[in-house]
Amino acid sequence: MKAGIVVFPGINRERDMAIALEGSSGRKPRMIWHRETDLSGLDLIVVPGGFSYGDYLRCGAMAAQSPVMAEIRAHVARGGYLMGVCNGFQILTEAGLLPGALLRNAGLRFLSMDCHLRVERNDTVFAGKYAAKQVFRAPMAHGDGNYFADDATLDRLEGEGLVAFRYVTPEGDMTAEANRNGSARGIAGIYAPGFRVMALMPHPEDLVDPLMGGTDGKPLFDGLAA
Amino acid sequence: MKAIVTVMLKSGVLDPQGKAIGQALHGLGFPEVGEVRAGKVIELELNETDPARAKARAEEMARKLLANMVIESFRVEVA
Repeated sequence: MKAGIVVFPGINRERDMAIALEGSSGRKPRMIWHRETDLSGLDLIVVPGGFSYGDYLRCGAMAAQSPVMAEIRAHVARGGYLMGVCNGFQILTEAGLLPGALLRNAGLRFLSMDCHLRVERNDTVFAGKYAAKQVFRAPMAHGDGNYFADDATLDRLEGEGLVAFRYVTPEGDMTAEANRNGSARGIAGIYAPGFRVMALMPHPEDLVDPLMGGTDGKPLFDGLAA
Repeated sequence: MKAIVTVMLKSGVLDPQGKAIGQALHGLGFPEVGEVRAGKVIELELNETDPARAKARAEEMARKLLANMVIESFRVEVA
């Protein structure tokens, strides 16, 4: 897939994302400044992590109003793929492209550590190179990753199979300790209906090379390379 | 005129910041403190003289940007 990475002021994970995408696809992704409005020719748009607009007002609130967001909506309407990571997840919920919101971590602390994610389904382009229910390690670094949605929305997400990843123990069990930010139903990532839009809080792009300490995140990017 | 927008987390949405403030107040010798909720206040200077219109516009701003209606509610006062 031809990929582009959206860059807002205050975003700082775009280069990690570029390395991960290029590592799997062999193609350099295009960097898209937030004022650009031509996204033609791209199959996949990635909204990376960081602190867009200094997290002012709410994480992702300002970026969700930027000019490029209208183009991202059009890209999604055309059937294009879209992925958000960390601040990207916050931005996509603020923009209404995914339901729910990311609240302050339940323990109030910024969490910078590894977590383990369970692949809830593997029949999507994002998770197709993982096994179903596979557990993989991913670094996380966020202060507002506590996924929240009302019960009706959570029931709909589960009923339609839109939960992408959950926080689990290395053995794959859902426990309070494994779900450190307090996310509703242990949700770490979700899909939009159609499975072409996905976002998650942890950073699979930061574990794609033995030099980084592991390659647990690489299957996700291998899936997107096809 | 000025519009004051108060944004609070909806009841039922966990407010860990309010909880931490409550615990700190207990530690400082204020045992009478029950539940604490923390929110934010946004003051807007508006180039507008009609209070009803000012309130309606500020409410629109709150719905579009200042509050996230998934998790927050808001109140607008015009002065």
